[in-house]
Amino acid sequence: MKDISKEHLVWMYTKMKMSRYFEERMEKAYMEGKQPVFNIGAGPVPGEMHLSNGQEPAAAGICVHLKKEDTVTAPHRPHHNAIAKEVDLKRMTAEIYGKKTGLGKGKGGHMHLFDPAVKFSCGGIVAAGIPHAVGAALAAKKLGEDWVAVAFIGEGAANAGAFHESLNLAALWKLPFIVVIEDNSWGISVPKSDSTCVPFNDVRAAAYGIKGYLVRDNDPFEMYRVSKEAVERARKGEGPSIIEIETYRFLGHFQGDPELYRDKEEVPTLRAKDPIERVKSHLIKEGMATEKEMDALDANIISEVDEAYEFAINSPLPAPEDALEDMFV
Amino acid sequence: MTDTKVQKLTGSKAMSLAIEQEMLKDDKIFVMGEDVGKYGGIFGSTTGLMDKFGPDRIMDTPISETGFIGAAIGAAAEGFRPIVELMFVDFHGVVMDQIYNHMAKITYMSGGNVKMPIVLMTGVGGGYSDAAQHSQTLYASFGHLPGMKVVAPTFPHDLKGMMTAAIRDDNPVVFMLHKTLQGLGWMDQIPASLGPVPEGDYIVPLNKAQVIKEGTDITIVAAQMMTVAAMNAVAGLEKAGINAEIIDLRSIKPIDKETIFKSVAKTKKLLIVDEDYLSYGYTAEVAALVASEAFYSLEAPIGRLAIPDVPIPYSSVLEKYVIPDANNIIAKAKEIMES
Repeated sequence: MKDISKEHLVWMYTKMKMSRYFEERMEKAYMEGKQPVFNIGAGPVPGEMHLSNGQEPAAAGICVHLKKEDTVTAPHRPHHNAIAKEVDLKRMTAEIYGKKTGLGKGKGGHMHLFDPAVKFSCGGIVAAGIPHAVGAALAAKKLGEDWVAVAFIGEGAANAGAFHESLNLAALWKLPFIVVIEDNSWGISVPKSDSTCVPFNDVRAAAYGIKGYLVRDNDPFEMYRVSKEAVERARKGEGPSIIEIETYRFLGHFQGDPELYRDKEEVPTLRAKDPIERVKSHLIKEGMATEKEMDALDANIISEVDEAYEFAINSPLPAPEDALEDMFV
Repeated sequence: MTDTKVQKLTGSKAMSLAIEQEMLKDDKIFVMGEDVGKYGGIFGSTTGLMDKFGPDRIMDTPISETGFIGAAIGAAAEGFRPIVELMFVDFHGVVMDQIYNHMAKITYMSGGNVKMPIVLMTGVGGGYSDAAQHSQTLYASFGHLPGMKVVAPTFPHDLKGMMTAAIRDDNPVVFMLHKTLQGLGWMDQIPASLGPVPEGDYIVPLNKAQVIKEGTDITIVAAQMMTVAAMNAVAGLEKAGINAEIIDLRSIKPIDKETIFKSVAKTKKLLIVDEDYLSYGYTAEVAALVASEAFYSLEAPIGRLAIPDVPIPYSSVLEKYVIPDANNIIAKAKEIMES
């Protein structure tokens, strides 16, 4: 842990905290218009909502090593990944509110965020973003750049054909590609033990002759360390890696998920090990920051997120006939 | 019908009851899919079945559609009768080779020597801001290729009767369940998603449309939520002096053209409403059938309402604009009547 600079730790903390506060506000915003009777299509933020509370180390621990030119693809639960890749927070929030000022002018929604300025995209089909990141890595190699491409996926996606086809390609062509498997234990209601033939997916790296890393218990510091190595190796042309991190899903698969399949004790146990608190107490314990400085940092983070929400809420809706635009360019 | 006892059930309960009753009779039937076990299917199609049949017959799968839907094909060839769930029809892309090139063609390519008694059930439809990758119906994409029966029942009675028929059929049946018609607690619970369902087993044929409202002035052909929209348009149409006859397609492939021709012969006018894309959709198919085989029944140009060839947008205001509703139906019907 000592090898992590204050600058990097503060950066990680900022993104994790921002992501958490963003999601906590989204939890409330999403429920507007959905009470007392829940209706997924009602309220200012309708549709499915997959929140990332608890999964922040996966995103912040690797994105701290990335630059603007590096590509990130993310799945249906993308907010923490987007925030860590520094997607435009105002336009992202506006997109989730279905507003004209959103990243996709209200056409995409929370699962379909595209911010080419920071090379971020995500999508609603499991495993589909993996080959896209392989393509970005291929482009970097063709251009002779030292850029890397990172595909974030859930552990369920490691059993999709696209995962295996993509890893073979990336390994075959020795591409600067990293797949980060955010193992939150659950594919909706199906536990990893019922979906995956090996306990940990890092061992699958052997099938492609590449490097595999495993980060236990949502550890942000270990995520930082293995990601640093994987990114450096990718930049140097040493090929792709698999990083699997055991992470936490504090909430349901989607908001409104009754979660009857999950032990009631699980979430409180996970929350007690909150990774954001771990980073914060480390910063304080190592004398890198005072409580007061952390409070000031939190206040800044909260106001930045609040501003994004205000921007989204106050933005105009698209005109109905805008639905017919942007089919072709 | 073999049973006169009737209970009120949601669409999802009606479907799962059909599966349960057939599974009790035939141990070759088993279910595979994502979250079909404890969860009971994301859209409730296997509610309670895990408790009744256990994990050997109600099998949760990894997110490996090519694997488990392909495995249904292999098991069917060995004499099993698999029911597989593709959670959202939008996910067809990852498994279409198994569906289109194999499940749909093996019976034919084998000269009828290999049976494919598979039910592929899948959730369709939008209207709740689930955006472009979770809101499609894709009726036409599945109806287009030969080798599969494609059904899209609307009401709980038909969901049960057609599921029973689909399970008993020796051919692949794509069984499209509309999410909004399942009566799920977390969606908008519309009246059409709850209806009378006989307790015992019965069959609703896989190839028959149904006139759900008789009328004299115009025939409206629709399926699932567009059938509901047409029913919601009835009062407004009557206000405008239009007495519409409404046909619920129920079967996408084959289309029951006799029922449609008979209606058009009476009303002389036709409006087709689809929650799928306009181009090459069932609005085109029904229009072509009527124009080529019942042309002289018509006294006005055929009307078509469908998604205007754009992906389903997320924002409610945009989505409402592209999915036909009762107001669009009333306006279009008036236009046809005045033409």
